[in-house]
Amino acid sequence: MSVYINKDTKVLVQGITGSTALFHTKQMLEYGTKIVAGVTPGKGGTEVEGVPVFNTVEDAVKATGANVSVIYVPAPFAADAILEAVEAELDMAICITEHIPVLDMVKVKRYMEGKKTRLVGPNCPGVITPDECKIGIMPGYIHKKGHVGVVSRSGTLTYEATHQLSEEGIGQSTAVGIGGDPVNGTNFIDVLKAFNEDEDTYAVVMIGEIGGTAEEEAAEWVKANMTKPVVGFIGGQTAPEGKRMGHAGAIISGGKGTAADKIKAMNEAGIEVADTPSVIGETLIKVIKEKGLYDACKTH
Amino acid sequence: MNIHEYQGKQVLKQYGVSVPEGHVAFSPEEAVKAAKELGTDVVVVKAQIHAGGRGKAGGVKLAKNLDEVREYAKELLGKVLVTHQTGPEGKEVKRLYIEAGSNIEKEYYLGLVLDRETSRVTLMGSEEGGMDIEEVAANTPERIFYEEIDPVAGLTGFQARRMAFNMNIPAKLVNKAAKLMLGLYQAYVEKDAAIVEINPLVVTGDGQVVALDAKFNFDANALGRHPDIMEMRDYDEEDAKEIEASKYDLSYISLDGNIGCMVNGAGLAMATMDTINYYGGSPANFLDVGGGATAEKVTEAFKIILSDKNVKGIFVNIFGGIMKCDIIAEGVIQAAKEVSLEVPLVVRLEGTNVELGKKLLNESGLNIVAAGTMADGAKQIVELVG
Repeated sequence: MSVYINKDTKVLVQGITGSTALFHTKQMLEYGTKIVAGVTPGKGGTEVEGVPVFNTVEDAVKATGANVSVIYVPAPFAADAILEAVEAELDMAICITEHIPVLDMVKVKRYMEGKKTRLVGPNCPGVITPDECKIGIMPGYIHKKGHVGVVSRSGTLTYEATHQLSEEGIGQSTAVGIGGDPVNGTNFIDVLKAFNEDEDTYAVVMIGEIGGTAEEEAAEWVKANMTKPVVGFIGGQTAPEGKRMGHAGAIISGGKGTAADKIKAMNEAGIEVADTPSVIGETLIKVIKEKGLYDACKTH
Repeated sequence: MNIHEYQGKQVLKQYGVSVPEGHVAFSPEEAVKAAKELGTDVVVVKAQIHAGGRGKAGGVKLAKNLDEVREYAKELLGKVLVTHQTGPEGKEVKRLYIEAGSNIEKEYYLGLVLDRETSRVTLMGSEEGGMDIEEVAANTPERIFYEEIDPVAGLTGFQARRMAFNMNIPAKLVNKAAKLMLGLYQAYVEKDAAIVEINPLVVTGDGQVVALDAKFNFDANALGRHPDIMEMRDYDEEDAKEIEASKYDLSYISLDGNIGCMVNGAGLAMATMDTINYYGGSPANFLDVGGGATAEKVTEAFKIILSDKNVKGIFVNIFGGIMKCDIIAEGVIQAAKEVSLEVPLVVRLEGTNVELGKKLLNESGLNIVAAGTMADGAKQIVELVG
């Protein structure tokens, strides 16, 4: 088992004819992801990498039964692409695109209220269930099938953590990048809930960063509901106040959103937080050994 | 992106928000000419820098005649103002705003921000005007009122009136205040602002509701659709290296330390700073080369890092997803050749095309220390810098 995506997921690539999308479409196909359709308005009827291209998401869904879309559409048009995926009632839309104006996302969030589609991202690396389905831009080879769930606001920091786990023979059930923007679809709590309910996930790694209070809220949820061990890391412990650290959402303002506050809230919820990103894997292994879960998590 | 107060007021005017008459001045002569044109008994000479707390730092002066205007203008232009937002190095005043004096009865606070918890724009208001709103929030949070705005309906009339009543704006001026709030919201949304603050908003002796200050910050991701706002960018207010970096779509932030960092991904870049710090070093910058970096971009990133004279060593930390390690390696080699590299360089590569990247570095003949992990790389560069 896994969360959100698996070997039966039928993927649609929005913006498939762009250069980044093409590169990653090839990578996803090589990984074994079932990409059944692409969408680029005006390129309907053509084919790339053996994948049929449609003019609209609706056409693509009708013809192929795609249920999850991945969006590589450029930022000025990305919000519209998300709306199109929601309108087509896909199960999930994973938006990789970075630099979407935040007020576009405020509207998207409002539009999505009460709708069926789950949005992951934007500004995220995607979602991967190792050996089954890779959707996004993460390098596939660093992942290993297993029982640790990973959820993160940062792409490369997720790779860092996942790589450490795999090297130690600790595989992952699913890794979910929720993205670095201030307004996003799926949040930490959504993913933690899914991992808590997933019988194949035994422990979770949660990677946050400065800005906002999503980690604090997640910590509170963990304290009240989580039955599985969680370890964490927070990026930006040395970031100065008032500066946006690359991600639109990574900013300490008015003394709020500091790493210290987040680490404190996580510790209070029983989440062990790694001192440096290099020991995220080690920290998890220590905790699952304490809980007697190490042998069950070890996938060789 | 921030703009100056006078520019903010130009934007507000377009949306029917009352602001005092005023003119920008770059010299004492222009300041006097502006004051003459205004013709009011009192004019305010206001230093224009991208930071709050100007009043307390002596950057706002009341002049009762033209001689005083000239005197204050001379005093302020070229002066370095240090406020709680500028940092200890302060900011040099290069522009003044000469504004008609207002007959202030009472000061209030108004702000619009994005509330990340609700994903909605929120109107904030308080009777505690002219003060640092963060202090008000910390000490008397019950004196700040909030209206969460539905993006479909926008800020509604009743919400604006409720806010005005909550702020204790005199009943006969509530409609004027509400109209100002609606204009403010329209400006926020149409110009893709991230923060708008009017502190203070004032009620005047002649029964007007006026924005006496205007602080705007815009969503950098939306500037492409606002050429008028882009034109207001004042490069003098920004770090030269950050400007240079933005030309190449590099996300760069200057810091105080001596270890230059080049990383892909914002989270990893922050964590790299943290790790250098953990091992006793001090990062000179945050630099995210981004996902779609080319060899040329990496070269420019390298040049920018080296243009910081404090840099005594460089740590390149790459985990390739979109970013391919061979491209980073090519960039590093190209840059090291273009700029005669005299400081130690530690490179840690992992991810897509890692073997090819490592091979390129090894065959380059450059003096590069290869690190196996991020912690290893951080430790090595901290030792090499000493």
